Amino acid sequence: MIEIRDLCVRAGDFKLDNINLRVPDSGYTVLMGKTGCGKTTLLECVCGLKRAQGGSIRFGSHDVTSLRPAERGVGFVPQDGAIFSTMKVGDQLAFGPRMRGWTKSAALTRAFEIGEELGIGHLMDRSPRGLSGGERQRVALGRALACRPQVICLDEPLSALDDETREEICSLIESLRQNHPFAALHITHSRKEAERLGDEIFILQAGQCIRVNES
Amino acid sequence: MMTGEPYSPVKIKSDVPFFTALWGISGMYFLLIVAVLAADASYTSVHDLWTAVKDPNIRASIWLTLYTCTVTAVLSVIVSVPAGYILARFNFPLKKFFDAVLDIPIVLPPLVIGLSLLILFNQVMIGGQSIENWVGGWLEGLHDWNQNIPSGVTYKIPAIILAQFTVSCAFAVRTMRNTFEGIDPRQEEVAMTLGCGRSGAFWLIALPQAARGVVAAGTLAWARALGEFGPVLVFAGATRGSTEVLATTVFLEISIGNLEGAVAVSFLMIAVAIMVLTSVRILGMRQTV
Repeated sequence: MIEIRDLCVRAGDFKLDNINLRVPDSGYTVLMGKTGCGKTTLLECVCGLKRAQGGSIRFGSHDVTSLRPAERGVGFVPQDGAIFSTMKVGDQLAFGPRMRGWTKSAALTRAFEIGEELGIGHLMDRSPRGLSGGERQRVALGRALACRPQVICLDEPLSALDDETREEICSLIESLRQNHPFAALHITHSRKEAERLGDEIFILQAGQCIRVNES
Repeated sequence: MMTGEPYSPVKIKSDVPFFTALWGISGMYFLLIVAVLAADASYTSVHDLWTAVKDPNIRASIWLTLYTCTVTAVLSVIVSVPAGYILARFNFPLKKFFDAVLDIPIVLPPLVIGLSLLILFNQVMIGGQSIENWVGGWLEGLHDWNQNIPSGVTYKIPAIILAQFTVSCAFAVRTMRNTFEGIDPRQEEVAMTLGCGRSGAFWLIALPQAARGVVAAGTLAWARALGEFGPVLVFAGATRGSTEVLATTVFLEISIGNLEGAVAVSFLMIAVAIMVLTSVRILGMRQTV
Protein backbone atom coordinates (compact mmCIF):
# COMPACT_ATOMS: atom_id res chain seq x y z
CA MET A 1 0.00 0.00 0.00
CA ILE A 2 1.09 3.59 -0.68
CA GLU A 3 -0.45 6.27 1.49
CA ILE A 4 0.33 9.93 0.87
CA ARG A 5 -1.07 12.29 3.48
CA ASP A 6 -1.06 16.10 3.36
CA LEU A 7 2.19 16.02 1.43
CA CYS A 8 3.88 19.36 0.72
CA VAL A 9 6.77 19.65 -1.71
CA ARG A 10 8.74 22.71 -2.81
CA ALA A 11 11.04 22.68 -5.83
CA GLY A 12 12.30 26.18 -6.61
CA ASP A 13 9.22 28.31 -7.35
CA PHE A 14 7.08 25.20 -7.82
CA LYS A 15 5.05 23.73 -4.98
CA LEU A 16 2.56 20.99 -4.19
CA ASP A 17 0.43 21.40 -1.08
CA ASN A 18 -1.63 18.92 0.94
CA ILE A 19 -1.56 16.08 -1.55
CA ASN A 20 -3.56 13.05 -0.46
CA LEU A 21 -3.49 9.79 -2.35
CA ARG A 22 -3.91 6.13 -1.45
CA VAL A 23 -2.92 3.08 -3.46
CA PRO A 24 -4.23 -0.16 -1.91
CA ASP A 25 -2.17 -3.34 -1.60
CA SER A 26 -1.60 -4.81 -5.08
CA GLY A 27 -3.46 -1.80 -6.46
CA TYR A 28 -2.51 0.00 -9.67
CA THR A 29 -3.17 3.72 -9.57
CA VAL A 30 -2.62 5.97 -12.55
CA LEU A 31 -1.92 9.65 -12.11
CA MET A 32 -2.53 12.03 -14.98
CA GLY A 33 -2.29 15.79 -15.36
CA LYS A 34 -1.02 18.63 -17.54
CA THR A 35 2.67 18.95 -18.27
CA GLY A 36 4.36 20.79 -15.44
CA CYS A 37 1.63 20.13 -12.84
CA GLY A 38 3.99 18.18 -10.56
CA LYS A 39 3.37 14.52 -11.34
CA THR A 40 7.05 13.62 -11.65
CA THR A 41 7.89 15.71 -8.58
CA LEU A 42 5.31 13.76 -6.59
CA LEU A 43 6.68 10.47 -7.87
CA GLU A 44 10.24 11.51 -7.00
CA CYS A 45 9.04 12.33 -3.49
CA VAL A 46 7.50 8.86 -3.14
CA CYS A 47 10.84 7.34 -4.23
CA GLY A 48 12.80 9.53 -1.84
CA LEU A 49 14.58 11.46 -4.60
CA LYS A 50 12.99 14.74 -3.47
CA ARG A 51 12.47 15.80 0.11
CA ALA A 52 8.98 16.64 1.35
CA GLN A 53 8.53 19.81 3.37
CA GLY A 54 5.44 18.48 5.13
CA GLY A 55 3.05 15.55 5.36
CA SER A 56 3.88 11.86 5.25
CA ILE A 57 4.38 8.92 2.93
CA ARG A 58 3.70 5.41 4.17
CA PHE A 59 4.35 2.06 2.52
CA GLY A 60 2.03 -0.27 4.39
CA SER A 61 2.58 0.37 8.08
CA HIS A 62 6.02 1.96 7.58
CA ASP A 63 6.48 5.72 7.52
CA VAL A 64 9.14 6.25 4.86
CA THR A 65 8.95 10.07 4.70
CA SER A 66 12.42 10.67 6.05
CA LEU A 67 14.07 7.55 4.64
CA ARG A 68 16.68 7.70 1.88
CA PRO A 69 15.79 6.16 -1.51
CA ALA A 70 17.88 3.05 -0.82
CA GLU A 71 16.02 2.46 2.44
CA ARG A 72 12.50 2.59 0.96
CA GLY A 73 12.69 -0.59 -1.09
CA VAL A 74 10.82 1.00 -3.99
CA GLY A 75 11.16 0.09 -7.65
CA PHE A 76 11.48 3.06 -10.00
CA VAL A 77 11.02 3.02 -13.78
CA PRO A 78 11.84 6.50 -15.15
CA GLN A 79 10.60 7.95 -18.42
CA ASP A 80 13.41 6.85 -20.71
CA GLY A 81 14.39 3.81 -18.67
CA ALA A 82 17.71 5.38 -17.58
CA ILE A 83 19.56 2.19 -18.45
CA PHE A 84 23.08 2.12 -16.98
CA SER A 85 25.27 2.91 -19.99
CA THR A 86 28.33 0.89 -19.00
CA MET A 87 26.68 -2.26 -17.63
CA LYS A 88 25.52 -5.36 -19.47
CA VAL A 89 21.82 -6.22 -19.24
CA GLY A 90 22.37 -9.17 -16.88
CA ASP A 91 24.44 -7.04 -14.51
CA GLN A 92 21.75 -4.37 -14.50
CA LEU A 93 19.07 -6.87 -13.55
CA ALA A 94 21.35 -8.24 -10.81
CA PHE A 95 22.29 -4.75 -9.58
CA GLY A 96 19.46 -4.30 -7.08
CA PRO A 97 19.87 -7.73 -5.44
CA ARG A 98 23.64 -7.22 -5.21
CA MET A 99 23.15 -3.84 -3.53
CA ARG A 100 20.74 -5.47 -1.08
CA GLY A 101 23.43 -7.97 -0.05
CA TRP A 102 22.40 -11.02 -2.07
CA THR A 103 25.25 -13.32 -3.03
CA LYS A 104 26.53 -13.05 -6.59
CA SER A 105 25.04 -16.40 -7.59
CA ALA A 106 21.65 -15.64 -6.02
CA ALA A 107 21.58 -12.25 -7.74
CA LEU A 108 22.47 -13.75 -11.13
CA THR A 109 19.85 -16.49 -10.71
CA ARG A 110 17.25 -13.84 -9.96
CA ALA A 111 18.46 -11.78 -12.94
CA PHE A 112 17.99 -14.75 -15.30
CA GLU A 113 14.60 -15.49 -13.76
CA ILE A 114 13.27 -11.96 -14.23
CA GLY A 115 14.95 -11.70 -17.62
CA GLU A 116 13.10 -14.80 -18.87
CA GLU A 117 9.81 -13.53 -17.47
CA LEU A 118 10.24 -10.25 -19.34
CA GLY A 119 11.33 -11.90 -22.59
CA ILE A 120 14.89 -10.53 -22.47
CA GLY A 121 16.69 -13.69 -21.35
CA HIS A 122 18.58 -13.70 -24.66
CA LEU A 123 19.97 -10.21 -23.98
CA MET A 124 21.76 -10.88 -20.70
CA ASP A 125 25.27 -10.49 -22.13
CA ARG A 126 24.34 -7.53 -24.33
CA SER A 127 25.57 -4.02 -23.78
CA PRO A 128 22.76 -1.44 -23.57
CA ARG A 129 23.97 0.18 -26.79
CA GLY A 130 21.74 -0.94 -29.62
CA LEU A 131 18.78 -2.07 -27.50
CA SER A 132 15.42 -1.07 -28.94
CA GLY A 133 13.02 1.17 -27.00
CA GLY A 134 10.88 -1.80 -25.99
CA GLU A 135 13.93 -3.79 -24.86
CA ARG A 136 15.15 -0.85 -22.79
CA GLN A 137 11.81 -0.56 -21.02
CA ARG A 138 11.82 -4.31 -20.32
CA VAL A 139 15.30 -3.98 -18.79
CA ALA A 140 14.12 -1.00 -16.72
CA LEU A 141 11.09 -2.96 -15.50
CA GLY A 142 13.18 -6.03 -14.72
CA ARG A 143 15.73 -3.96 -12.84
CA ALA A 144 12.97 -2.39 -10.72
CA LEU A 145 11.28 -5.73 -9.99
CA ALA A 146 14.38 -7.86 -9.33
CA CYS A 147 14.32 -7.24 -5.57
CA ARG A 148 10.56 -7.96 -5.36
CA PRO A 149 9.62 -4.47 -4.14
CA GLN A 150 6.24 -3.87 -2.56
CA VAL A 151 5.94 -0.50 -4.26
CA ILE A 152 6.78 0.40 -7.83
CA CYS A 153 6.71 3.87 -9.41
CA LEU A 154 6.56 4.33 -13.17
CA ASP A 155 7.11 7.73 -14.81
CA GLU A 156 5.52 7.68 -18.29
CA PRO A 157 7.20 4.35 -19.10
CA LEU A 158 5.50 4.01 -22.48
CA SER A 159 5.68 7.57 -23.82
CA ALA A 160 8.69 7.04 -26.10
CA LEU A 161 7.38 3.80 -27.63
CA ASP A 162 5.48 3.11 -30.83
CA ASP A 163 1.90 1.81 -30.62
CA GLU A 164 2.79 -1.83 -31.14
CA THR A 165 5.55 -1.84 -28.52
CA ARG A 166 3.33 0.12 -26.15
CA GLU A 167 0.68 -2.59 -26.46
CA GLU A 168 3.30 -5.29 -25.77
CA ILE A 169 4.57 -3.54 -22.64
CA CYS A 170 1.00 -2.92 -21.39
CA SER A 171 0.31 -6.67 -21.72
CA LEU A 172 3.58 -7.39 -19.98
CA ILE A 173 2.68 -5.11 -17.06
CA GLU A 174 -0.70 -6.81 -16.75
CA SER A 175 0.93 -10.24 -16.58
CA LEU A 176 3.57 -9.01 -14.11
CA ARG A 177 0.79 -7.84 -11.77
CA GLN A 178 -0.46 -11.38 -11.57
CA ASN A 179 2.93 -12.77 -10.51
CA HIS A 180 4.23 -9.87 -8.40
CA PRO A 181 2.16 -8.40 -5.58
CA PHE A 182 3.18 -4.74 -5.76
CA ALA A 183 1.30 -1.48 -5.33
CA ALA A 184 1.98 0.73 -8.33
CA LEU A 185 1.82 4.45 -8.98
CA HIS A 186 1.98 5.08 -12.73
CA ILE A 187 2.18 8.47 -14.44
CA THR A 188 0.91 8.92 -17.97
CA HIS A 189 -0.60 11.43 -20.37
CA SER A 190 -2.49 8.75 -22.25
CA ARG A 191 -6.12 8.23 -21.25
CA LYS A 192 -6.17 4.95 -23.14
CA GLU A 193 -3.15 3.66 -21.19
CA ALA A 194 -4.71 4.84 -17.92
CA GLU A 195 -7.99 3.05 -18.57
CA ARG A 196 -6.17 -0.10 -19.72
CA LEU A 197 -3.88 -0.43 -16.72
CA GLY A 198 -5.34 1.56 -13.83
CA ASP A 199 -7.65 0.29 -11.11
CA GLU A 200 -8.05 3.96 -10.16
CA ILE A 201 -7.25 7.10 -12.12
CA PHE A 202 -6.41 10.41 -10.48
CA ILE A 203 -5.73 13.79 -11.99
CA LEU A 204 -3.26 16.17 -10.39
CA GLN A 205 -4.83 19.56 -10.83
CA ALA A 206 -4.18 22.83 -9.01
CA GLY A 207 -2.10 20.92 -6.47
CA GLN A 208 -4.89 18.45 -5.70
CA CYS A 209 -5.34 14.76 -6.55
CA ILE A 210 -8.84 14.25 -7.85
CA ARG A 211 -10.17 10.78 -8.50
CA VAL A 212 -11.56 10.49 -12.00
CA ASN A 213 -12.34 6.85 -12.42
CA GLU A 214 -12.41 3.59 -10.53
CA SER A 215 -12.77 0.11 -11.99
CA MET B 1 1.13 29.37 -48.95
CA MET B 2 -2.64 29.04 -48.76
CA THR B 3 -4.44 25.76 -49.44
CA GLY B 4 -5.21 25.30 -53.13
CA GLU B 5 -2.28 27.37 -54.49
CA PRO B 6 0.24 25.50 -56.63
CA TYR B 7 3.54 24.75 -54.83
CA SER B 8 6.60 26.80 -55.78
CA PRO B 9 10.06 26.45 -54.18
CA VAL B 10 11.11 29.20 -51.77
CA LYS B 11 14.37 30.88 -52.66
CA ILE B 12 16.80 31.52 -49.77
CA LYS B 13 20.28 33.02 -49.65
CA SER B 14 23.25 30.83 -50.47
CA ASP B 15 25.21 29.26 -47.59
CA VAL B 16 28.54 29.77 -49.39
CA PRO B 17 29.41 33.06 -47.60
CA PHE B 18 28.61 31.40 -44.25
CA PHE B 19 30.87 28.41 -44.82
CA THR B 20 33.54 30.67 -46.31
CA ALA B 21 33.54 32.75 -43.12
CA LEU B 22 33.59 29.62 -40.89
CA TRP B 23 36.53 28.05 -42.70
CA GLY B 24 38.24 31.37 -43.23
CA ILE B 25 38.29 32.37 -39.57
CA SER B 26 39.25 28.93 -38.22
CA GLY B 27 41.67 28.42 -41.10
CA MET B 28 43.54 31.62 -40.23
CA TYR B 29 44.14 30.38 -36.69
CA PHE B 30 45.17 26.97 -38.00
CA LEU B 31 47.66 28.65 -40.37
CA LEU B 32 49.05 30.81 -37.55
CA ILE B 33 49.87 27.69 -35.52
CA VAL B 34 51.37 25.93 -38.54
CA ALA B 35 53.41 29.07 -39.36
CA VAL B 36 54.78 29.23 -35.81
CA LEU B 37 55.78 25.56 -35.92
CA ALA B 38 57.30 25.97 -39.37
CA ALA B 39 59.30 28.99 -38.19
CA ASP B 40 60.70 26.93 -35.31
CA ALA B 41 61.50 24.08 -37.65
CA SER B 42 63.30 26.40 -40.07
CA TYR B 43 65.44 27.89 -37.30
CA THR B 44 66.68 24.56 -35.95
CA SER B 45 68.24 21.50 -37.46
CA VAL B 46 68.59 17.81 -36.72
CA HIS B 47 72.14 18.58 -35.55
CA ASP B 48 70.87 21.19 -33.06
CA LEU B 49 68.19 18.78 -31.81
CA TRP B 50 70.76 16.03 -31.38
CA THR B 51 73.15 18.39 -29.57
CA ALA B 52 70.32 19.41 -27.24
CA VAL B 53 69.31 15.81 -26.49
CA LYS B 54 72.95 14.82 -25.81
CA ASP B 55 73.42 17.70 -23.36
CA PRO B 56 73.25 16.11 -19.87
CA ASN B 57 71.54 19.18 -18.38
CA ILE B 58 68.82 19.11 -21.00
CA ARG B 59 68.38 15.33 -20.64
CA ALA B 60 67.98 15.81 -16.90
CA SER B 61 65.46 18.56 -17.63
CA ILE B 62 63.49 16.23 -19.93
CA TRP B 63 63.26 13.51 -17.29
CA LEU B 64 62.34 15.96 -14.55
CA THR B 65 59.66 17.45 -16.81
CA LEU B 66 58.16 14.05 -17.58
CA TYR B 67 58.18 13.21 -13.87
CA THR B 68 56.65 16.46 -12.60
CA CYS B 69 54.04 16.67 -15.37
CA THR B 70 52.91 13.10 -14.69
CA VAL B 71 52.66 13.67 -10.92
CA THR B 72 50.78 16.93 -11.60
CA ALA B 73 48.37 15.16 -13.96
CA VAL B 74 47.64 12.41 -11.42
CA LEU B 75 47.09 14.92 -8.60
CA SER B 76 44.89 17.04 -10.87
CA VAL B 77 42.69 14.05 -11.69
CA ILE B 78 42.43 13.07 -8.01
CA VAL B 79 41.25 16.60 -7.13
CA SER B 80 39.21 17.47 -10.22
CA VAL B 81 36.97 14.37 -10.13
CA PRO B 82 35.34 15.17 -6.74
CA ALA B 83 35.34 18.91 -7.42
CA GLY B 84 33.74 18.44 -10.84
CA TYR B 85 31.14 16.04 -9.40
CA ILE B 86 30.19 18.47 -6.63
CA LEU B 87 29.77 21.32 -9.12
CA ALA B 88 27.78 19.18 -11.56
CA ARG B 89 25.43 17.48 -9.15
CA PHE B 90 24.76 19.62 -6.08
CA ASN B 91 23.33 23.02 -5.25
CA PHE B 92 24.64 24.59 -2.07
CA PRO B 93 25.05 28.05 -0.55
CA LEU B 94 27.83 30.11 -2.17
CA LYS B 95 28.13 27.61 -5.04
CA LYS B 96 28.80 30.42 -7.54
CA PHE B 97 31.54 31.78 -5.28
CA PHE B 98 33.10 28.32 -4.89
CA ASP B 99 33.00 27.85 -8.67
CA ALA B 100 34.56 31.26 -9.28
CA VAL B 101 37.40 30.62 -6.83
CA LEU B 102 38.25 27.33 -8.55
CA ASP B 103 38.53 29.26 -11.83
CA ILE B 104 40.91 31.91 -10.47
CA PRO B 105 44.13 30.07 -11.48
CA ILE B 106 42.91 30.16 -15.09
CA VAL B 107 42.72 33.94 -15.20
CA LEU B 108 45.53 34.99 -12.85
CA PRO B 109 48.87 35.88 -14.47
CA PRO B 110 51.19 32.89 -13.98
CA LEU B 111 53.89 35.03 -12.30
CA VAL B 112 51.31 36.16 -9.73
CA ILE B 113 50.52 32.52 -8.91
CA GLY B 114 54.21 31.77 -8.39
CA LEU B 115 54.67 34.86 -6.24
CA SER B 116 51.56 34.00 -4.19
CA LEU B 117 52.84 30.47 -3.56
CA LEU B 118 56.21 31.88 -2.50
CA ILE B 119 54.54 34.23 -0.03
CA LEU B 120 52.17 31.51 1.25
CA PHE B 121 54.99 29.13 2.07
CA ASN B 122 57.54 31.60 3.35
CA GLN B 123 55.75 34.61 4.81
CA VAL B 124 52.53 33.24 6.33
CA MET B 125 53.23 32.22 9.92
CA ILE B 126 51.46 29.43 11.77
CA GLY B 127 52.48 28.91 15.36
CA GLY B 128 55.50 31.18 14.85
CA GLN B 129 56.82 29.23 11.86
CA SER B 130 56.34 29.51 8.13
CA ILE B 131 54.62 26.70 6.25
CA GLU B 132 57.95 26.01 4.55
CA ASN B 133 59.54 25.39 7.94
CA TRP B 134 56.68 23.17 9.07
CA VAL B 135 56.79 21.07 5.90
CA GLY B 136 60.57 21.16 5.82
CA GLY B 137 60.63 19.79 9.37
CA TRP B 138 58.45 16.82 8.38
CA LEU B 139 60.39 16.16 5.20
CA GLU B 140 63.83 16.46 6.78
CA GLY B 141 63.45 13.24 8.72
CA LEU B 142 62.37 11.44 5.54
CA HIS B 143 65.25 13.08 3.66
CA ASP B 144 67.74 11.70 6.18
CA TRP B 145 66.31 8.24 5.60
CA ASN B 146 66.22 8.57 1.80
CA GLN B 147 68.24 11.31 0.11
CA ASN B 148 65.90 11.19 -2.89
CA ILE B 149 63.14 12.71 -0.78
CA PRO B 150 63.45 16.49 -0.88
CA SER B 151 64.00 18.32 2.39
CA GLY B 152 61.65 21.19 1.66
CA VAL B 153 59.33 22.73 -0.89
CA THR B 154 60.47 26.19 -2.05
CA TYR B 155 63.12 26.08 -4.80
CA LYS B 156 62.94 22.30 -4.83
CA ILE B 157 61.11 19.69 -6.93
CA PRO B 158 57.88 19.75 -4.84
CA ALA B 159 57.63 23.47 -5.70
CA ILE B 160 57.64 22.62 -9.43
CA ILE B 161 54.80 20.13 -8.92
CA LEU B 162 52.79 22.51 -6.72
CA ALA B 163 53.24 25.40 -9.17
CA GLN B 164 52.19 23.24 -12.13
CA PHE B 165 49.30 21.69 -10.18
CA THR B 166 47.86 25.03 -9.03
CA VAL B 167 47.22 26.06 -12.62
CA SER B 168 46.63 22.68 -14.32
CA CYS B 169 44.04 21.48 -11.83
CA ALA B 170 41.74 24.42 -12.64
CA PHE B 171 41.51 23.24 -16.25
CA ALA B 172 40.97 19.65 -15.13
CA VAL B 173 38.12 20.73 -12.82
CA ARG B 174 36.39 22.50 -15.70
CA THR B 175 36.74 19.38 -17.86
CA MET B 176 35.37 17.05 -15.18
CA ARG B 177 32.45 19.37 -14.44
CA ASN B 178 31.46 19.34 -18.11
CA THR B 179 31.90 15.56 -18.18
CA PHE B 180 29.63 14.92 -15.20
CA GLU B 181 27.06 17.44 -16.45
CA GLY B 182 26.86 15.40 -19.65
CA ILE B 183 25.97 12.22 -17.76
CA ASP B 184 22.26 11.66 -17.09
CA PRO B 185 21.75 12.00 -13.31
CA ARG B 186 18.64 9.82 -13.56
CA GLN B 187 20.84 6.74 -13.79
CA GLU B 188 22.37 7.53 -10.40
CA GLU B 189 18.90 8.21 -8.97
CA VAL B 190 17.69 4.82 -10.18
CA ALA B 191 20.78 3.22 -8.64
CA MET B 192 19.96 4.86 -5.32
CA THR B 193 16.42 3.44 -5.37
CA LEU B 194 17.95 0.02 -6.01
CA GLY B 195 19.87 0.09 -2.73
CA CYS B 196 23.07 2.07 -2.98
CA GLY B 197 23.88 5.42 -1.42
CA ARG B 198 25.21 8.45 -3.26
CA SER B 199 28.78 7.13 -3.00
CA GLY B 200 27.78 3.81 -4.59
CA ALA B 201 25.95 5.64 -7.39
CA PHE B 202 29.10 7.71 -7.97
CA TRP B 203 31.58 4.79 -8.05
CA LEU B 204 29.39 2.27 -9.89
CA ILE B 205 27.38 4.44 -12.29
CA ALA B 206 28.80 7.95 -12.78
CA LEU B 207 32.55 7.36 -12.70
CA PRO B 208 32.64 4.50 -15.23
CA GLN B 209 30.76 6.72 -17.67
CA ALA B 210 33.17 9.56 -16.97
CA ALA B 211 36.27 7.50 -17.88
CA ARG B 212 36.97 9.32 -21.12
CA GLY B 213 36.50 12.65 -19.37
CA VAL B 214 39.02 11.57 -16.73
CA VAL B 215 41.55 10.77 -19.45
CA ALA B 216 40.85 14.12 -21.11
CA ALA B 217 41.25 15.97 -17.81
CA GLY B 218 44.53 14.21 -17.08
CA THR B 219 45.84 14.90 -20.59
CA LEU B 220 44.88 18.56 -20.41
CA ALA B 221 46.55 18.86 -16.99
CA TRP B 222 49.69 17.16 -18.32
CA ALA B 223 49.89 19.37 -21.38
CA ARG B 224 49.23 22.50 -19.32
CA ALA B 225 51.91 21.51 -16.79
CA LEU B 226 54.42 21.02 -19.61
CA GLY B 227 54.08 24.65 -20.63
CA GLU B 228 53.99 26.23 -17.15
CA PHE B 229 56.86 28.69 -16.86
CA GLY B 230 55.97 31.72 -14.71
CA PRO B 231 54.91 30.04 -11.44
CA VAL B 232 57.68 27.44 -11.74
CA LEU B 233 60.34 30.12 -12.26
CA VAL B 234 59.22 32.18 -9.25
CA PHE B 235 58.43 29.36 -6.78
CA ALA B 236 60.91 26.64 -7.79
CA GLY B 237 63.56 28.64 -9.54
CA ALA B 238 65.44 27.43 -12.60
CA THR B 239 68.57 25.92 -11.11
CA ARG B 240 70.43 23.87 -13.66
CA GLY B 241 70.56 20.22 -12.64
CA SER B 242 68.11 20.76 -9.79
CA THR B 243 64.79 22.43 -10.62
CA GLU B 244 65.23 22.92 -14.35
CA VAL B 245 62.28 21.72 -16.47
CA LEU B 246 61.90 22.15 -20.22
CA ALA B 247 59.91 25.39 -19.94
CA THR B 248 62.68 26.99 -17.85
CA THR B 249 65.39 25.41 -20.03
CA VAL B 250 64.17 27.52 -22.95
CA PHE B 251 64.46 30.61 -20.73
CA LEU B 252 67.96 29.64 -19.57
CA GLU B 253 69.18 28.96 -23.12
CA ILE B 254 67.83 32.34 -24.29
CA SER B 255 69.42 34.08 -21.32
CA ILE B 256 72.90 32.76 -22.27
CA GLY B 257 72.38 33.74 -25.92
CA ASN B 258 71.97 30.19 -27.24
CA LEU B 259 68.93 30.81 -29.43
CA GLU B 260 69.51 27.66 -31.47
CA GLY B 261 69.49 25.59 -28.28
CA ALA B 262 66.34 27.35 -27.07
CA VAL B 263 64.52 26.63 -30.33
CA ALA B 264 65.75 23.02 -30.32
CA VAL B 265 64.35 22.52 -26.80
CA SER B 266 61.10 24.22 -27.85
CA PHE B 267 60.84 21.74 -30.72
CA LEU B 268 61.42 18.89 -28.28
CA MET B 269 58.54 20.18 -26.14
CA ILE B 270 56.29 20.38 -29.21
CA ALA B 271 57.24 16.82 -30.18
CA VAL B 272 56.57 15.49 -26.67
CA ALA B 273 53.22 17.31 -26.51
CA ILE B 274 52.13 15.98 -29.92
CA MET B 275 53.11 12.42 -28.94
CA VAL B 276 51.12 12.58 -25.70
CA LEU B 277 48.05 14.20 -27.27
CA THR B 278 48.03 11.78 -30.21
CA SER B 279 48.47 8.73 -27.96
CA VAL B 280 45.59 9.78 -25.78
CA ARG B 281 43.34 10.47 -28.79
CA ILE B 282 44.14 7.05 -30.24
CA LEU B 283 43.44 5.49 -26.85
CA GLY B 284 40.15 7.37 -26.68
CA MET B 285 39.13 6.14 -30.16
CA ARG B 286 40.01 2.51 -29.27
CA GLN B 287 37.77 2.66 -26.23
CA THR B 288 34.80 3.64 -28.36
CA VAL B 289 35.23 0.77 -30.86
